[in-house]
Amino acid sequence: MAGSTDTLPSGPPMAVGPPLWLLAELTYKCPLHCVFCYNPTDYLRYDRELTTAEWVDVLRQARALGAAQLGFSGGEPLVRDDLEELVAEAHRLGFYTNLITSGVGLNDSRARRLKEAGLDHIQLSFQDSTRELNDFLSHTKTFELKKKVAALIKAYDWPMVMNCVLHRHNLPHVGKIIDMALDLGAEYLELANTQYYGWALQNRQHLLPTREQLREAEAVVNRYRERIGNRCRLLFVVPDYFEERPKACMNGWGKVFLSIAPDGTAMPCHNAGSLPGLELPNVRDHTVAHIWRDSPAFNAFRGYGWMQEPCRSCDEKEKDFGGCRCQAYLLAGDAAAADPVCGKSPQHEKVVQIVRRAAELPERPIVFRNDAESRALRSFHQDVC
Amino acid sequence: MSDTPSSATLPERPKLSRLFRLQYEAAQEAWVLLYPEGMVQLNASAAEILRRCDGQRHFDDIVDELQTLFNVQGIRDQVAALVQEGQRRGWID
Repeated sequence: MAGSTDTLPSGPPMAVGPPLWLLAELTYKCPLHCVFCYNPTDYLRYDRELTTAEWVDVLRQARALGAAQLGFSGGEPLVRDDLEELVAEAHRLGFYTNLITSGVGLNDSRARRLKEAGLDHIQLSFQDSTRELNDFLSHTKTFELKKKVAALIKAYDWPMVMNCVLHRHNLPHVGKIIDMALDLGAEYLELANTQYYGWALQNRQHLLPTREQLREAEAVVNRYRERIGNRCRLLFVVPDYFEERPKACMNGWGKVFLSIAPDGTAMPCHNAGSLPGLELPNVRDHTVAHIWRDSPAFNAFRGYGWMQEPCRSCDEKEKDFGGCRCQAYLLAGDAAAADPVCGKSPQHEKVVQIVRRAAELPERPIVFRNDAESRALRSFHQDVC
Repeated sequence: MSDTPSSATLPERPKLSRLFRLQYEAAQEAWVLLYPEGMVQLNASAAEILRRCDGQRHFDDIVDELQTLFNVQGIRDQVAALVQEGQRRGWID
């Protein structure tokens, strides 16, 4: 429409705009042990958590640079007992505040305090529409609790986004998952197809769906969309492994997104810690302005100058920025290569083969996210790609 | 949705949905709509219209106010189109 743009503002290629989206990963501690968690498998490395005062300072600095959307995430952000204080400060600063939670730890008194602090929105994750699969995939008994939390979110009149990570085990239930979101009164439902990073990458053989499963699920989603209209917005994006063009990862490196890990490590994307040779700056050592504008890590893949062929001369580079740097490293062995998801990548055949083998039985047991597995994976780095 | 706005589908007193927050962002030199995990940057005229969608003002009064503010006439269809687009996107109840 004439009156607005859906895209975030973009200047000339090398101009550094504001970090509009700030993700505060308050802690990697989590009561759940989800097999598709995108947190780094070596999350224990980040356990020197920022103090309340340090987080407040980060929020002030980022807001001054123009950050407007703020996600409190983790791990489970409710593990931090200063969450209310941080939300209150963020609200005072003018952020739109999102709490991204499993719901574990949200009781009536905390909900009331978060409401008073000015929290704008809660995104609640579910693992499935059935108790069995929800509890199995998260390795906890949390299904009934999540339903209670959903009722609490509605009682306090927050907009509720329900998030359900999709994979081969729950894609056939997508209709029931939508029914559940409608029953619970969600305004948005993110049907988030698994992205293969962190723990999800370790478990890819267990999670990757077949093309047929995706096609069927998408057809179900489209039927619901026609039926329910604006009542609940259904977001369903086909996972990039099944596409011929990569996703515009983070809307471009260092363009709008700034993530801060629990120990203050600043990241241009959630998984930047997995890239070798990239020295991620820390808010304990540098100002957020310096990190965002001047640090080598945030400039490493900013703009287009770093690109190789086929990206460099590609007429779609301004649309997808060459895809995801982490995926380029994980699948092509070079963070500056084209994302192999792209049909133009010389490594694309790797992705095709991975998808083709999706129906085969996994060779390794499924790995739940927990401290013991994290240590095990660290000492024995598996080559899953 | 039809391109020609018809007043039949216009809300009498348009109101910004409680799911959206409208605020001025100095860093973007623009008004934006903030909503769960998203942001829409508005151009000046869309912002002036949406700022008046408070559920109190009548649609006709909004048009009058804007015509006075910008010293123009005949913008009713333009305002109606934006309000309808806002309804379609869920910005306006």
